[in-house]
Amino acid sequence: MTHLSTTLDYMADFQIRVNNKVVDVDCDKNTPLLWVLRNHLNLTGTRFGCGTGLCGACTVLIDGTPIHSCDTPIWAIGNKSVQTVEYEENSTLQRVKSCMASEQAGQCGFCLSGIMMRATAHIDSLASLDRSSIADALDGHLCRCGAHNRIIEAIRQAGS
Amino acid sequence: MALPDSMVAAPLISDWLDFSHPGMVGIKTGKVEFGQGILTALTQIVAEELGVEFEKCFLVTASTGISPNESFTAGSLSVQDSGSALRIASATARAYAGTHSYWDIEKTAGWAIPANPDAVLKNPSDYSLVGLSANRIDLDAKLKGITHFIQDLRPDDLLYARILRPPNRGSTLFDLSLEKITLSQEIEKVVVDGSFIAVVAKDEYSAQSLVTKLAQVAIWNETPAGMNNSSLMNFLESAPAEFKVLEEFGENKTELPHKASYSRPYLSHASIGTVTAVAQWAGEKINIWTQSQGIYPLRADIARALSIDPQRIFITHVEGAGCYGHNGADDAAFDAVLVAKHFPGRPVLVTWSREDELGWAPYGPAMKVHLAAQVDDSGEITHWSHRVRGNGHSTRPSTLASPSMLAYSHIENGSAILPAGDPPLPRGGGTGRNAIPLYDFKNSLIVEERLSEMPIRTSALRALGAHLNVFAIESFLDELALRTNQDPLEFRLRHLSDPRGRDVLTKVAELSGWGKELPEGSGQGIGFARYKNKGAWCAVIAQVDVEEAVRVSHLWIAVDVGLVINPDGVRNQIEGGALQSLSWTLKEQVQINDGAVTSNNWEDYPILRFSEVPLVQTEIISRPTMPALGAGEASIGPTAAAIANAVDRAINVRVRNMPLTVTNIMASVE
Repeated sequence: MTHLSTTLDYMADFQIRVNNKVVDVDCDKNTPLLWVLRNHLNLTGTRFGCGTGLCGACTVLIDGTPIHSCDTPIWAIGNKSVQTVEYEENSTLQRVKSCMASEQAGQCGFCLSGIMMRATAHIDSLASLDRSSIADALDGHLCRCGAHNRIIEAIRQAGS
Repeated sequence: MALPDSMVAAPLISDWLDFSHPGMVGIKTGKVEFGQGILTALTQIVAEELGVEFEKCFLVTASTGISPNESFTAGSLSVQDSGSALRIASATARAYAGTHSYWDIEKTAGWAIPANPDAVLKNPSDYSLVGLSANRIDLDAKLKGITHFIQDLRPDDLLYARILRPPNRGSTLFDLSLEKITLSQEIEKVVVDGSFIAVVAKDEYSAQSLVTKLAQVAIWNETPAGMNNSSLMNFLESAPAEFKVLEEFGENKTELPHKASYSRPYLSHASIGTVTAVAQWAGEKINIWTQSQGIYPLRADIARALSIDPQRIFITHVEGAGCYGHNGADDAAFDAVLVAKHFPGRPVLVTWSREDELGWAPYGPAMKVHLAAQVDDSGEITHWSHRVRGNGHSTRPSTLASPSMLAYSHIENGSAILPAGDPPLPRGGGTGRNAIPLYDFKNSLIVEERLSEMPIRTSALRALGAHLNVFAIESFLDELALRTNQDPLEFRLRHLSDPRGRDVLTKVAELSGWGKELPEGSGQGIGFARYKNKGAWCAVIAQVDVEEAVRVSHLWIAVDVGLVINPDGVRNQIEGGALQSLSWTLKEQVQINDGAVTSNNWEDYPILRFSEVPLVQTEIISRPTMPALGAGEASIGPTAAAIANAVDRAINVRVRNMPLTVTNIMASVE
């Protein structure tokens, strides 16, 4: 049998910018950003759904671009800026949240963090806000409760 | 009047309402939130009946020893069970207080006084809060990302654990060769108990990484080949079963001229968040934080599994992602208890992987229905026979003769999980749920055959047997209508005297423009049921376009839930149920190979995507003087049938086996 070492040879000290604050994180360099946020920085609003980038629950913005934090290692962040659902200074995100509230767009709410980050990027890219464009933008995000139509309508309003 | 069931063991006002915070009202329900909006509806009921402001009410977190024991939050019964109890407790309190303040009474006599089932309830015409679409009390925190879902608990000294499961059902651990592995500083321990393996670490990435490595070195005693996709239908037909006649009247003919059979595969709950729990052994006490739907039954089953006094166990509910029935929530709680035992005093959080969530949680059972009927010369159905087969719909904690948490079947001193039973008939049954049609047939025989072998663990999935039973009944009705040249809507109405059923059917036809011309390849289909034959009435019309695959473009829904507590909440639940049913009906199928579930990721178990979502229009028929009924499950069966009926209208192919994939459609072309 092969001898397996689980010693983390790559422990390192990282400085990353999250929600406009520079923070220090001491961890394995391959640690996905998701677990850095949830375990090391106590930013638990970003959700674990699958770990393989197939459900969208862990979506955050990196320099404004939506990415899956579950399969993005911390070494790849560099000096880019990370924004999570907790960030209060992004006016588009705040507008998305307020329209989601007025549409009562959600049930269990577990998928919403990732969806709102994607929606923020979609609106900021000045892409079309018709129903099918929003639906296409959200196609990598899974919602099991069936709140899809409310979510689409909230995003349309937030961008209009 | 008798007290509602929920109040029999919790008869005092103080069991339900807490006036200990001046000016505020604590609501002590035994029902729990998992996204359905129940806590908002219950708050409306209490605020209305007590005559206090909505904003002055708060929910007391459900926990053993504090909350009334309301068993499981299931079956669309929370408004009926907890809602009735809270309404009576509140009405009694209002009458008792008279001109005095609730909070003064709390300080003097206290509220340990019996609730009066005959207390005068507020007249519905005087309601100012019930009937309004109050905003959900849980949504704002969820949008801010500050809701503490169960996965987000971070008590001091927390450790994280991940579980390594066997490669398939029946395999047992032969050797783990732990001595050959150098553990990193982040790893606290590898717990091995029989074939139950857990990795405990300071962070989740370290725990998961080691589980992945252990999966490569663990050696298992593998069992002979288990179930496969291809053996499912044979299993459903040939497995031994317990027979129960659910209804029999009139003439019972052995041979009826019209026959058809319908099926559905195993279905996964497929929550977006994986199940999680935290446990802590604190001296004699065991503390558990869980997303379970039934904290008291879970406590009893964990006590039984550990052979300890249940009074040593304290369980607090914390919201998880939507569960849609009995998923792995209770399993995760027992996992956490087993692991935390090795770290006295320290809390341990167990989160399942996506692969285990889709591969090991209980499934909604695969089912088969055989229907037969006779139609007379006038086109009226005279004889009806319905036979439904499948595994039971409940392996919930404390409902079987031995513990039913997954890890109990893997630990050294555990045992295999017994075959699923069904909820009792007064709660709506399971396999036979909605097997009895609401239509007025003169001769009827309805038989349930619950299988007594269970190769794949099954349990409650939203609507239980009603998904396939309604799909079958409503599909068969369309087939009979077509064979006798009758309009499907008229055909239903001629066999249905129930006035509220007729109303939802008529309303949905009006919403959809039933009967209008549609382009080639498009069609409309209808589906109807009264949930459990004593819950909400719901009729659905689906419009589909069939090209390479089935695309549902519209759903129209008419629903009658009696008194409406929160119209927007009802709409959200009814539409959510319809879209989930659409996903099951068109796309979903658990894949099984040699006793292992291989559809354990989102590529192999695809669910509905945003681009596939139809426009949905829902109309609620309000009945303010009628009892309030649950809305969570009423649209499931009717939506499934409406889609299959629409496909038949669009392309003249009757698909009787779900899901309605291209493969199953092609196999149905006659």
